Amino acid sequence: MKPASFEYLRPGTVDEAIAALDHEDAKIIAGGQSLVPMMNFRLVQPERLVDINGIADLGQVTAVDGGVRIGALVRHAQAARDTMLGTAFPIIGEAMRHVAHVAIRNRGTIGGSLSHADPSAEWPLLVSLLDGAIEITGKSGVRTCGTEEFFFSPLMTDLEEDELLTGVVLPSLPDGAGMAFDEVSQRAGDFAVVACGAVVAMDGPCIGSARLALGGLGDTPLRATEVEVALTGATLDDIAGIVADCAVDLEPNDDMHASAGYRRSLAPVLARRVLIRAAERAKGKT
Amino acid sequence: MTAIDITLTVNGETMTTRAEPRMLASDFLREKLGLTGTHVGCEHGVCGACTIKLNGVTARSCLLFAGQLDGAEVTTVEGLGSPRRMHRIQEAFRKHHALQCGFCTPGFLMTVSEILETEELRTDDDIRDALSGNLCRCTGYEHIVRAVRELVNERDGVTA
Repeated sequence: MKPASFEYLRPGTVDEAIAALDHEDAKIIAGGQSLVPMMNFRLVQPERLVDINGIADLGQVTAVDGGVRIGALVRHAQAARDTMLGTAFPIIGEAMRHVAHVAIRNRGTIGGSLSHADPSAEWPLLVSLLDGAIEITGKSGVRTCGTEEFFFSPLMTDLEEDELLTGVVLPSLPDGAGMAFDEVSQRAGDFAVVACGAVVAMDGPCIGSARLALGGLGDTPLRATEVEVALTGATLDDIAGIVADCAVDLEPNDDMHASAGYRRSLAPVLARRVLIRAAERAKGKT
Repeated sequence: MTAIDITLTVNGETMTTRAEPRMLASDFLREKLGLTGTHVGCEHGVCGACTIKLNGVTARSCLLFAGQLDGAEVTTVEGLGSPRRMHRIQEAFRKHHALQCGFCTPGFLMTVSEILETEELRTDDDIRDALSGNLCRCTGYEHIVRAVRELVNERDGVTA
């Protein structure tokens, strides 16, 4: 239960961090809330640990053209109480309450959660739902990547070993959009068995447009694109019918936390719940 | 791997101690600084027994490396109070029998010291939710919730 030896570096800038990654077995540590347990169990034994906690630039939430940029080092607790995020994306505060426990929310970061790529974690689902652009910095500069290209499978992403996830840009939503997040877990703070997020804009009594993201049902967070299309023009009474089969073709994990069948049956329940809540919130705004 | 100098402020006192950067902060506090109030339970961030305050907010000290404490300000349970001069939270825990074996208690005390400032804790469910990152195998939590309820009422000026 003690980590193996490593060389410990604390770069002060992104450039220094990228330079420090020029090594055959280097690993970045941000909040460390997933990495350190893996190091304590010696499932991961990097020769070099690059601690980015000293790079103050990465810890900011900033307004950018067309949206909000969240630096990779923004902690879950910080995101939950950030006023700019609270105004533009209240779903973030709603979701952060489900991220583990107080002490872990104080330390864990958005960049770490995305890089760790747990398919039932909250940030991967939120960034997928909100069409976020993941900003990746490497030796040759900055590139951006959508969640569809970024997430491969649990722990596997498009990040190269010498690249650093530096932030996420969330594009602004239309003024009248309502959003909602919910999940089922065995105990408060446990990993979600299934998680759902929705964004809904109303067009009179009908749904003008809707987005639905599902977590815990596959190797990556999933967007229910067929459901999204079917919801356009539907009424709130139609929602239950439209989402009823949203998980029948999915093959979620069958493990000690929940059976695949239970996960499949939870999905439409949570989907209906978040879509209706998001629609009610959208109505409240208009 | 060689040891490095780690300069930090612990419970208001600034000190420099040598340790390997990979040493867990929980071991560093206990073995290098002799602050054995911080308990080591699961060593992978699940049980909450090793909870400390790092730069003013709670953190699991088993998920931090000693090297990361360089330049940090740390508060451990020893910084809360002492047997002769107990902190109000410690008094409430004693009054309500909110501990039995005491192993988890330092972690609970550190968490409570934070949530009293950051959370509304209107209902007992809210208290249980806020304490869900700390595990206790003795009390069944009932008396811990009672102690925290009294502290919340005191904070809010509510007479129970």
